[in-house]
Amino acid sequence: MLKYVVKRILMAIPILIGISVIAFFLIRLVPGDTVTALLGVNYNEEQALILRAKYGLDKPLVVQYFIWLKNVVAGDFGNSFFTKEPVLSAIADRLPVTLQLMFMSFLYSIFIAIPLGTIAAIKRNSAIDYGASFLGLLGVSVPNFWLGTLFILFFSLNLKWFPSGGFISFLEDPVQNLRYMIMPSVALGTAVGAVVMRMTRSSMLEVLGQDYIKMAEAKGVTDRRLIFNHALKNSFIPVVTVLGIQMGYLLGGSVVIEKIFSLPGVGQLSLQAITNRDYALMQGCILLVASGFVIINLLVDIIYAFLNPKIRY
Amino acid sequence: MKEVVLEVKNLKTHFRTRKGIVKAVDGVSFKVHKGETFALVGESGCGKSVTCMTIMGLIGRKKNEVVEGDIFFKGRNITNISKEERRKLRGKNMSIIFQDPMTSLNPVYTVGTQIAEMPIIHEGKSQSKAKEIAVNMLKKVGIPSPDKRVDEYPHQFSGGMRQRGVIGMSLACNPELLIADEPTTALDVTIQAQILELLRKLKEDTESAIIMITHDLGVVAEVSDSVGVMYAGTLVEKALVKELFKKPLHPYTKGLLKSIPKPGSKERLTIIEGQPPDLHNAPKGCKFYPRCSYAMDKCREEMPKLIEIENGHKAACWLNEVNKNGK
Repeated sequence: MLKYVVKRILMAIPILIGISVIAFFLIRLVPGDTVTALLGVNYNEEQALILRAKYGLDKPLVVQYFIWLKNVVAGDFGNSFFTKEPVLSAIADRLPVTLQLMFMSFLYSIFIAIPLGTIAAIKRNSAIDYGASFLGLLGVSVPNFWLGTLFILFFSLNLKWFPSGGFISFLEDPVQNLRYMIMPSVALGTAVGAVVMRMTRSSMLEVLGQDYIKMAEAKGVTDRRLIFNHALKNSFIPVVTVLGIQMGYLLGGSVVIEKIFSLPGVGQLSLQAITNRDYALMQGCILLVASGFVIINLLVDIIYAFLNPKIRY
Repeated sequence: MKEVVLEVKNLKTHFRTRKGIVKAVDGVSFKVHKGETFALVGESGCGKSVTCMTIMGLIGRKKNEVVEGDIFFKGRNITNISKEERRKLRGKNMSIIFQDPMTSLNPVYTVGTQIAEMPIIHEGKSQSKAKEIAVNMLKKVGIPSPDKRVDEYPHQFSGGMRQRGVIGMSLACNPELLIADEPTTALDVTIQAQILELLRKLKEDTESAIIMITHDLGVVAEVSDSVGVMYAGTLVEKALVKELFKKPLHPYTKGLLKSIPKPGSKERLTIIEGQPPDLHNAPKGCKFYPRCSYAMDKCREEMPKLIEIENGHKAACWLNEVNKNGK
């Protein structure tokens, strides 16, 4: 197992290098650079040249890339061109917000999706099943930004239950923090929940049709034991795969949701970095998100080994 | 005669489908005694598995499944007892082995856990005691180094070993009745013989009654004491094994026996022409008459009853009546 984890981590290195190449060159394809963004309307050639030389932007792209890569390997992600703040500390400030958003969305989605999907499968073709399928379709179809906007309109402006945007740290005031985070989490997690619910339902249905379930019934196990001991663990195997992929969706979706609810998270930071052509910050953010995704996938594969005894690393 | 473990009286299992009612089992009666192996023979879809699933109580719980008739287990009518009481019988008093050992074990639990589950749920045994029973059962069914194998997963077992495991699981609570639903069909021939031998040995040890479902007359001759031949949801012949092989009375049984290849014989194999009837609209009279070479007018009109022809040998065929009257 340990050997496998180490192997997987080593395998992540080429992936991350590939991502760093894409991140580095893609952002430079966007018209305008840091200097045009910095100078804005006061732009003139002379000053631009001086600034470019100062930030090392006058060197050939490939050289720039390797300088950056060398620093990153040494743990130095550079400074933001705008705020002069070190990229790592800027990300570290914003990361807890995004992590909390993802975590809450994740919990919300699985706590609703897995029980609902399971019940829908057990009571196939019942009112509950049809209701769950309808909700599932609705959840997948509704875009998160639209749902977020509706939440603000309804719960913030009309009912005034929750604040429409902003953030208070959990350590400062947990209750207020939750009030700020509930709407964004639900808006972000709904689509994920819908996908997971549908997957749980179909996977459960498949498992319930298996011979070993018939055998378990013939053994005289109670209905509860049949579902919880014999069916659930088997039905989780595909669900975990989907969950892993959906975490990527949560990461991407958090950019939009953070913007809508004015949450100071990594998504907002990346957006800001793109607008400002803040190369160092942008590259740092992308690399961080990519590493996060690689780690999540590693976790998924480790969970597999627990669920499925046929998989041994 | 020994104690009757199971008696089935005029059992009917019908399924309501969109195309109409399917009479999968239509009036089957038989008895199985303690220590007896009763074989149910017939081709695919003749209702042998449905009969046994109904006896187990695994069919008849859904709205579209209609069960009529009576099932007596050790003298007690269990047809209409509560779901919960029926569940308690399953596994403890009657258990079943399915055809495909590759799929009848849960892939995410060890074989030992799955065997141990039986004494845990039915006899309230502790985990460690139950595991001891599991090791014993594996030993009993002839699995080498059972104390190690008990912690292995089904995918680490070969097909024959898995079937042994399933048999061990089924017998963990010493049930009075064991139903073996084509237990050797999915196995290769050498393993088949081993499994049959094992079942015979276990039956001698435990004295439990066995219903052996099969379409293989070789298996019937090998292990069973008495035989019921099923065709399109009804029993068409019932006899002791020797009697049946010596003197089959129903044309269908005769056809079945003729279709077994004999080693060394140059004779062509005879087949039974045609297909079993569609159970949505089975023929009115004898269900076999469209395929029967002896069919008479009466066969078309009226269904023959399963009646005793000579010392316990029963058949449902008008032909026997004619022969009798002819004498």
